[in-house]
Order: sequence, then C-alpha cells, then structure tokens
Amino acid sequence: MTTILLAVSLGFVAGILSGMFGVGGGILFVPTLVIVLDLAQLSAQATSLAAMIPVVLVGAYRQHRYGNVKWRAALLVGLTSAAGVAGGTVLADALPEHVLRKLFAVLLLFVAAQLAWSRGRRPRAPLA
Amino acid sequence: MFVGIGLVGGFFAALFGVGGGIIVVPLLILFARFDAKHATGTSLAVIGMTAVFGVVSFAALGEVEWDDAAMVGLPALAGTFLGTWVQQRISSRLLVNLFAAFIVVISIELFLE
Repeated sequence: MTTILLAVSLGFVAGILSGMFGVGGGILFVPTLVIVLDLAQLSAQATSLAAMIPVVLVGAYRQHRYGNVKWRAALLVGLTSAAGVAGGTVLADALPEHVLRKLFAVLLLFVAAQLAWSRGRRPRAPLA
Repeated sequence: MFVGIGLVGGFFAALFGVGGGIIVVPLLILFARFDAKHATGTSLAVIGMTAVFGVVSFAALGEVEWDDAAMVGLPALAGTFLGTWVQQRISSRLLVNLFAAFIVVISIELFLE
C-alpha cells in the first residue's frame, strides 16, 4: 500500500516537473519504477516509455495549439526514430542490468548539470 | 538531416527509456536552425511517435509492465496540468536547483542499487 502511494505520488511529481520544466517524464519514471516498484532496469525503461505516452500526447497537442510544432520535420524525425529505437532496444537488451543502470545514473547527472547550467539562459526544453 | 536526428533520438530513447527530447531538442536547434520554442514543440510530437515505437519494440521482448506504467503515467498526466499552472505563475531558480539536487540524489541511489 505504501509502495503504491509512493509510486503514484512520484508519478504525480514527475508530471508537475514535466509541466514546469519540460522535463521529468522518463527521467523520473525510470528511477521510480526501479527503486520503488522494484522493476529491473530494462523493464523500467520499457515501462517508462509506455507511461510517458499520455503525458506526451497532451503536451504535443498543447504545443500544436500554440503553433510550435513543425509537422513535416516532426513526422520525418519521428518516423525514422523507429529504426533508431530498434537499434537501441537491441543494445539495451544485450547490456548487463548493472551497466544499463549505471549508464542511466550518468544520464541523470548530465541532466542535473544541464538544468543547473542552462536555467535562465535558455528557454526550457523537454527532457522527457 | 532529419533522418539522422530521428535515428540518434530513437536510439537514445530506447537505450535509456526516456523520450529522447534531451537529444532531439539540441539537434533541432543546432542542425535544423529551429528556435527553442519550435524545437521544444516539434520534439514533443516526435517523442510521442518514438515512445510508441519503443513500447512496441520492448513489448515484443515482454518487458513492458502495463499496470506499473498506468500507476506512474496517469498521476503524471494529472500532474502536468498543475505543473503548467505553476510554471506560468512562479519562476524560481530555487525550484530548478532543488530539482537538479533531487536528480543527483536519485542518481546516487541508482548507483548504489
């Protein structure tokens, strides 16, 4: 019960941060799934991608309303990302769990540094 | 060029389980000369597609835990509305710094896990 409450709360916080900074989707979903819900790193990453879909759809719709989406570019980049996803999936599946987890931890440090560095100088960017 | 950005963004997204915006936004700004606003908006549309491809790809491996996805994803959806509301009213360096510090703590936690 406590676990569920904590996971739901962290999901809510991830959403708040995502709305505030444009970050927080996957960046918080993955650690929540690993640390609180005890998923393996690979499962957590797979599940994080599913969890972010509703958040991203709403965000994309809002950006579309603001006229901020260049759809031709979005479709080109988005559709070709399928090939990148296939490669990334194979590598993620092949790497040992602890290596994948440490790589993700390094990514988090990079995001923290980028946040601290860029605040006030650049408009926020989605790091979801 | 867009094809290259898609390949890199998709690879990154699947490798880390994030949307890939962290890569796609700077690439759109650097190579496609998008301004930050359009890079951000366009990348969200891209992430939507990338996340769907990623889910299909990992679901084929049987790695997606749907219940857990709903448990964090649906509260997050509610949270974004509050977050957007807050963001339009409060602009705080302190909050950004706290968030950055929070991420560092999580990172250490993951190293020790």
